[in-house]
Amino acid sequence: MHARTDDGNTGDGNTGAGQDGESPGSCKRVLEPAEVRRVLTRIAHEILERTHGADDILLLGIPTRGVPLAQRLAGRAAEFEGRPVPWGSLDVTMYRDDLRLRPARALGRTELPVDGIDGKTIVIVDDVLYSGRTVRAALDALTDLGRPRSVQLAVLVDRGHRELPIRADYVGKNLPTSQRETVRVHLAETDGEDAVLLGEWKGALA
Amino acid sequence: MNRHLIAAADLSRDDALLILDTAEELARMSDRPIKKLPTLRGRTVVNLFFEDSTRTRISFEAAAKRLSADVINFSAKGSSVAKGESLKDTALTLEAMGADAVVIRHDASGAPHRLAGWIRGHVINAGDGMHEHPTQALLDAFTIRRRLGGGRSGAGGLDGVRVTIVGDVLHSRVARSNIALLNILGAGVTLVAPPTLLPIAVDGWSCEVSYDLDAVLPKSDVIMMLRVQRERMTAAYFPSVREYSRRYGLDAGRMAMLPEHAIVMHPGPMNRGVEIAAEVADSPRSTIVEQVANGVSVRMAVLYLLLGGAELTGEPR
Repeated sequence: MHARTDDGNTGDGNTGAGQDGESPGSCKRVLEPAEVRRVLTRIAHEILERTHGADDILLLGIPTRGVPLAQRLAGRAAEFEGRPVPWGSLDVTMYRDDLRLRPARALGRTELPVDGIDGKTIVIVDDVLYSGRTVRAALDALTDLGRPRSVQLAVLVDRGHRELPIRADYVGKNLPTSQRETVRVHLAETDGEDAVLLGEWKGALA
Repeated sequence: MNRHLIAAADLSRDDALLILDTAEELARMSDRPIKKLPTLRGRTVVNLFFEDSTRTRISFEAAAKRLSADVINFSAKGSSVAKGESLKDTALTLEAMGADAVVIRHDASGAPHRLAGWIRGHVINAGDGMHEHPTQALLDAFTIRRRLGGGRSGAGGLDGVRVTIVGDVLHSRVARSNIALLNILGAGVTLVAPPTLLPIAVDGWSCEVSYDLDAVLPKSDVIMMLRVQRERMTAAYFPSVREYSRRYGLDAGRMAMLPEHAIVMHPGPMNRGVEIAAEVADSPRSTIVEQVANGVSVRMAVLYLLLGGAELTGEPR
C-alpha cells in the first residue's frame, strides 16, 4: 500500500522499499546527484548568511527524507564555520490534519539536543514543499516542545500548489508542477542515490 | 491491524512489531514538558469495567487523555448493570452516546468478542475472564525488549529470549496472552506451576512445562511471576500458601540463581511474601514499576493505531 502524502512523496517511515517499482517509464530526472550536492551547499551558505554565522541555530529534519538533508546541511555549515552545527529530527505524524484520510501510519522519530529548542533559531528541513500542511503540523509540534526564538524553513524542492499561507526561507529548486504530477526525492541515505524525479506516479491513489 | 484488539493470538508478527515500535516512539515523548498530543481530539473512549481494576483502567485513561481523546469511565458497580442491565443493552447505550472505542474488562471470557459484534466502535480487550489480556502481554514484551536490548533502537522481535512464567497459569489471562505474543515474537516460553494450576490442555500449547523452578532459573532471561488469584480459586489447588511460596515463590536465594542479565517481572498487583519476596520486588532487576510506565506507552500505541487513521471501510487492501 502506497498512498501519497501531501508532499507527493512517501512520507511513511516504513515505505522506503519498493517505491521505484511503481513508477516505470514516465519519470524525468530534474536534479542529478551533482546538482543536489551544489544546491545543498548553497542552502548551507544562505543559512549561515541569514543567521549571521549560525549562532544558536538548530536544523530539524522532518522524517523520512528531511532528516538526512538536515544532517548534510549541518555538516556543510559546520565545515564552513569550523564549529559543530546541531541538528535533529522532528516527527509530525501525530499533528497531521489528514490522519483520518488513511490508515494509521508508523511514527518517525523526534530527536532533539538535550538543551531543547527554547530560544533557538530553528530551521525546519524537508524534501518537498507542496500544500504546506506538513509544515503547519511541524509548527504545531514545535509549540509543544518549547518556545524557539524564530522558525525558518528550508526545502530541497518547492513544487507550488500551497493550501496554507506558508513559504520557504531557503529553496533548493523551484519546480513548477501540475497537481497530477508527482515529485520524488531520492537520497543516498534512503534510496541509494541522490536525485529529484518528476513524473506521473502510476501507484498513486490520489 | 485488525479493527479490534481482542486477543494477542490474533496479532501477526508485523502488527505486534508495529505496536511495539510505535510505543517506543511514544515512550520517548513521556519526558517532554507537554506530554499531550492532539491526535485523537474529538474521539471518545469508554472504559467499560465489569471487574475491579485500578492500574489497567488508569493506564488506559492516561493513554487516551495523552492523545487528547475524551474518556468516559463506566464501572459496573453502582450503574445500571447493578440493576440488571445486560451487556448488550449497555453496549447499545454506549453506541448511542457515540463511543469511538470501548475498552472492556469483563469476568466472562469472550465478552469483548460478543461486544465487537454489537457496536460500530473499536473494541479493546482489557482482560476477559480466564481468556486474554492482550495489552498486558504487549507491555511485557515491550519491557523485555527495552531491558534486554533486543531493540535498543526500537526494532526487532524477541527471537531466542527464554521466558519463564511461574504460578497460577490456570486462572491467568496474562499468561495466555503472554504465551501467544511471546511465541509470535520468537521467544521461548517455559511454564512452571503446580500441576493443579496448569490447564488440562497445556500439552497443546507451544511451550515447555516444568514443576521444578530451581532447575529452570539458570536457563531464564526473563522470569515472570504471576499473582496467586485467590478470588478465582474455587477449590483447594495447593495445601497452603506457605508451601506454595516455598516451592514456587521467588525469594532472594532463587533470584541469585538467575543469569546476571535476567529480569524479574510481575503484572501486578503483587502478593508480597507469597509469589514474590519483598526484597526481590524492590531489587534493581525487578521491572514492576517500569511495566506500569510502559503500559501507558503501549496503550497509547494501540489507541493510536486503532483510532488514529481512517476507518477501514470499502475494499480490503
